[in-house]
Amino acid sequence: MNTAIQSTEMPRRPDVRSGQPLVSLRGVSKVFSNGTLALKDMSLDVGRGEFVSLLGPSGCGKSTALRIIAGLGEPTSGTIEWPADAARDASGNPDREIGFVFQEPTLMPWATVAANVWLPLRLKGVSRRAANERIAETLRMVGLESFANAYPRELSGGMKMRVSIARALITEPKLLLMDEPFAALDEITRFRLNNDLLHLWEKFGWTVIFVTHSVFESVYLSERIVVMAARPGRVFRDMKVDAPYPREEEFRTSVVYNENCRRVSDTLHEAMGAHPH
Amino acid sequence: MSAIEKMNDADGIAGDAPTAPIEAGGMTVPRWLQALVPIAMLVLLLVVWQAYVTIANVPHYILPSPVRIWQAFVEDHEMLLHSLVITLQTTFLALAIALVTGVALAILMAQSRWIELALFPYAVILQVTPIVAIAPLILIYTSTTNQALLICAWIVAFFPVLSNTSQGLHSTDHNLLNLFELYRASRWQTLWLLRLPNALPYFLAGLRIAGGLALIAAVVAEFAAGTPGADAGLAFRLIEAQHRLNIPRLFAALVLLSVTGVAIFAATSLLSHLLLRRWHESAVRREN
Repeated sequence: MNTAIQSTEMPRRPDVRSGQPLVSLRGVSKVFSNGTLALKDMSLDVGRGEFVSLLGPSGCGKSTALRIIAGLGEPTSGTIEWPADAARDASGNPDREIGFVFQEPTLMPWATVAANVWLPLRLKGVSRRAANERIAETLRMVGLESFANAYPRELSGGMKMRVSIARALITEPKLLLMDEPFAALDEITRFRLNNDLLHLWEKFGWTVIFVTHSVFESVYLSERIVVMAARPGRVFRDMKVDAPYPREEEFRTSVVYNENCRRVSDTLHEAMGAHPH
Repeated sequence: MSAIEKMNDADGIAGDAPTAPIEAGGMTVPRWLQALVPIAMLVLLLVVWQAYVTIANVPHYILPSPVRIWQAFVEDHEMLLHSLVITLQTTFLALAIALVTGVALAILMAQSRWIELALFPYAVILQVTPIVAIAPLILIYTSTTNQALLICAWIVAFFPVLSNTSQGLHSTDHNLLNLFELYRASRWQTLWLLRLPNALPYFLAGLRIAGGLALIAAVVAEFAAGTPGADAGLAFRLIEAQHRLNIPRLFAALVLLSVTGVAIFAATSLLSHLLLRRWHESAVRREN
């Protein structure tokens, strides 16, 4: 990370690079009930404040890995390790402080934008009155403050995705898991959301694990790209993207960006041609 | 924050569509005409009917004229309206019980696949057996006719509520269920905040069917099990009028029944529209 860009007014990345990983996968495998080996022996350390992309063809288990990290479905073997100092919930499990953004906006159509964003707090027993300020603040972060009372159907695809991101952010998670969140959007909207996501990440310093099948998106966003291969789903190579933040629109046309894209693209092709022995 | 301009993405906000005129064969039909056409049709029909009966001199015990039917209604309105109230009591009480039991059973069945497997077949059996065939049996088991009528109407109205609500509870978006799981929502929270709102449009569709069916079932049950007397329902008045060859009164009772059915349908449709208009595709006006 380029320290020179640490701006003055931003309380930047408080626990970044404390040495200890935020979450670790140790030999994680997942076999679906139909016998498919979706994920084989995946090990991965994700450091605090890192922006990591899981990149690979469909069937490489990247979404499966993300869901397992989120606690949606147990791994068949292997473990997920959280730091020992992580907060514990009532039943003694690590309170993972996760925000999850699905490929679809996954909003409740009967609830207004504000009520959708309120949901995670509501499930924790926070009243609407008590949550109002945070709802407004979070909507402001994603540029939707004037749409609090709109219903999802009144919004465009990009705006719905912003609501979905706001909902993931309202609990102030340490770890943001994103499962191809922008795949269904048009390119203009996707680029804009890429930029906005990076700005928010730089400002708040959460850890992001971002699943994508786009080489260009992964290089633009991440510090580190985990290229995965399919059948069975596994980690193929762990790559660094050597380019400083902040990355703005100019970065998309830069030589560094292109070189990185070519390198990652080559690796991805290698991964798609590789068969396990 | 400069990064996130207050932009609205390319296609922006859809906004509330104005009352759009409907298309008919390439022509747009203005709203006032949409209301006028059915009314004009009704008037035309009545005029033709009246003219035919008058000119062809059809006896009123074969086909009474609209004027004659109206006279019969005015003459007997006290008795007819009283009977209507009796029938409506059965209808609405049965509908209310059907809503409560239908929704309750749907929720119960959504909790466990075992409960569903055990109970659903019986709901189907109850539904597919003709109510006129069960009515005599119910009459034997109940102490009053009113109870028998109520049970008949309930059996018929209950199934659409159960099956639609059940369908709605089961068709919850899987990602939303995952989201609730992720935030460790309790079973109760998932039911109350996710499954039930999701089932609302399905439930309302069931209600619209059940409302009409409850009236039909109440009338059918009266035919099958009803008793004459001061508290006889509208179906009994129909039979009575037929026996007395009072065909104008029979028509009057029939019209009353149809109007009531339409009113129930209109009321349930309006309720459905009011509850869904902000968010559900079925209630949202399409604008291209």
